[in-house]
Amino acid sequence: MSVTQKAHPVQRSGTLPEATRLQLFRLQVEIRHCEKRAYDLFLQNLVKGTSHLALGQEAVAAGFAAAMNKDDYTFCTYRGHHHTLARGASMLSVLGELMGRQCGLMKGKGGSMHLTSVEHGVMGSYAIVGAHLPIAAGAAWSAQYRGTKQVAVAFFGDGATNIGAFHEALNLAAVWKLPVIFCCENNMYMEYTPISAVTAVKHPAADRAGSYGLERQVIDGNDADIVYSTASDAIAKARSGGGPSLIECLTYRHSGHSRADPAKYRPKEELEEWLKRDPVALYRQRLLAAGVAEAKLAQVEAESMAKLEQATEAAKASPTPAIESAMTDVWADGGNAWRN
Amino acid sequence: MAQLSYRDAVAAGIAQEMRRDERVVLFGEDTAAAGGVFKTTVGLFEEFGPRRVKDTPISELAILGAAMGAAMTGLRPVAEIMFSDFLACCWDYVANEIAKTRYMSDGQITIPLVIRTANGGGARFGAQHSQSVENWAMAIPGIKVVAPSTPADAKGLLAAAIRDPDPVLFFEHKSLLADKGEVPEGEYVEPLGKAKVLREGKDVTIIALAAMVPRALKAAEALAAESGISATVIDVRSLVPLDARTLLEHSARTGRVFTVEENPRLCGWGAEIASIIQEEAFSALKGPVVRITTPHVPLPASDRLEDAVMPTPARIVAEVKRGLGRTA
Repeated sequence: MSVTQKAHPVQRSGTLPEATRLQLFRLQVEIRHCEKRAYDLFLQNLVKGTSHLALGQEAVAAGFAAAMNKDDYTFCTYRGHHHTLARGASMLSVLGELMGRQCGLMKGKGGSMHLTSVEHGVMGSYAIVGAHLPIAAGAAWSAQYRGTKQVAVAFFGDGATNIGAFHEALNLAAVWKLPVIFCCENNMYMEYTPISAVTAVKHPAADRAGSYGLERQVIDGNDADIVYSTASDAIAKARSGGGPSLIECLTYRHSGHSRADPAKYRPKEELEEWLKRDPVALYRQRLLAAGVAEAKLAQVEAESMAKLEQATEAAKASPTPAIESAMTDVWADGGNAWRN
Repeated sequence: MAQLSYRDAVAAGIAQEMRRDERVVLFGEDTAAAGGVFKTTVGLFEEFGPRRVKDTPISELAILGAAMGAAMTGLRPVAEIMFSDFLACCWDYVANEIAKTRYMSDGQITIPLVIRTANGGGARFGAQHSQSVENWAMAIPGIKVVAPSTPADAKGLLAAAIRDPDPVLFFEHKSLLADKGEVPEGEYVEPLGKAKVLREGKDVTIIALAAMVPRALKAAEALAAESGISATVIDVRSLVPLDARTLLEHSARTGRVFTVEENPRLCGWGAEIASIIQEEAFSALKGPVVRITTPHVPLPASDRLEDAVMPTPARIVAEVKRGLGRTA
């Protein structure tokens, strides 16, 4: 059974400046290229372990990242490559981490599911479903306490909406009026099971908003303009002391849940329909229709591909981490000693 | 020196650190306005106000998750989990998030926080409000584990835990809360990772933690008075980091070692210590290291039953004598 979700996009007047739109396009293209390359590197057995690609979900990452300040906090799930790239981490550092190399973001100590780049505001990718929502609330509390005007954004899948941490985080954030945005990337499947088959409400995130005194927001997560505008509003509200927001972005992953999943449970027609709504292709068409020159878009794509080729080769050439590094950084003193 | 109860010493330790460091915040269930269900945070809400001392909903996930998020972004949170048994509700944060994120991030993220929790039996609360769970925590790389036995240590070790750059799980023992003792006035910090030798003897070395420390001391007095057995008693105080040097040195001096553990038998903290001693001080031992523990059962509620299973001074005396082959 499949339920095709209809978006109820927030209607916006006016269009975004071209520079912003080109930035949104560039981010989506770079994520698309890099995620496809991650998959290729799997097939070459250069990426080990598992990986959860965000192909098809690029618009959410681009829209939010473009709306955030440099010092805002991002908290991701194990499906976090797109957000990490969107906040500015290099393709080399991401691919290098996937490949377990010295050049990786965490020098091979975290892997695909734990991408972290504090210098880009990416405060970690968390692989226990829902765990990072309260953590993001805590970071938002810290920002509120320190008076820095920073906001925290927690991205999570539809599957996280049925776990306790989601509800505890929303309640605490609402009670303490924390500058945090909870962004649900509803890609319709919690791992291999349709979210609709295991959830009491139609919209797994938005339909719970009222329980915490929050506005019900469902948007087209494949439309980078809408994501950007909605994110901007929520961030402005949070920054000015207006408290948290919960935004449900309707989207779809083009690949399976993880490397091991061919996603055969998804009806062919459903996949085809969503592929027609490919956020990157749609955005390209929109920019063309808005009068952006084809050459400009082609240039963005060529630059992204060149960056990707360079990053891939550099990651392949990067050494593996020194064995000794497995014993470092358990503690703040850099070591691992638990006794004298 | 002031005479303070263990519970007042906890509050004194937190207050001391909140006065010197604006980054220190305190929160938990009934922690603020009510002063804590165990009255360990009395007066802090009044002194530091609702911005720094906060009540939370009954949301253990939110409490530890928020503590972690705050710690990694510049605060020094002290989060309270009312009963240590409830750590099971939020164990993900202890085991997977707080303890591992520094390592997984290759040191990009540091998590200076303290989780305070009321631990241990003796209050007739039954199996879900009485456990000693220090050993759960010490099995996880990346979190420090501290359990004071005296009011002075409650203040001094808690202050050190709050200043520590790493996450610390701080176990306050329920049955010690009313105990009074000398507590240094003014700024007082007792370093983590140092065991304390409370008395020295030549025949046996008794290693204890938290509420088992006063019981071990009573047993040592009885052994001396009734049987002429002279015992060293060591308060471990901190399981991680562990002062293995002090334990090894004093184990070697007597050659007979007994651990006194409130936890159920399997994988109690004493098992790790016994392993270290037998591996590194084997030639000095005159007999096996003996573990005195609660048997491997959930704690019963009835006072008669609870008293029967937890190690008592009488049982410690009997086990030491049996170990020495001096069955009474």
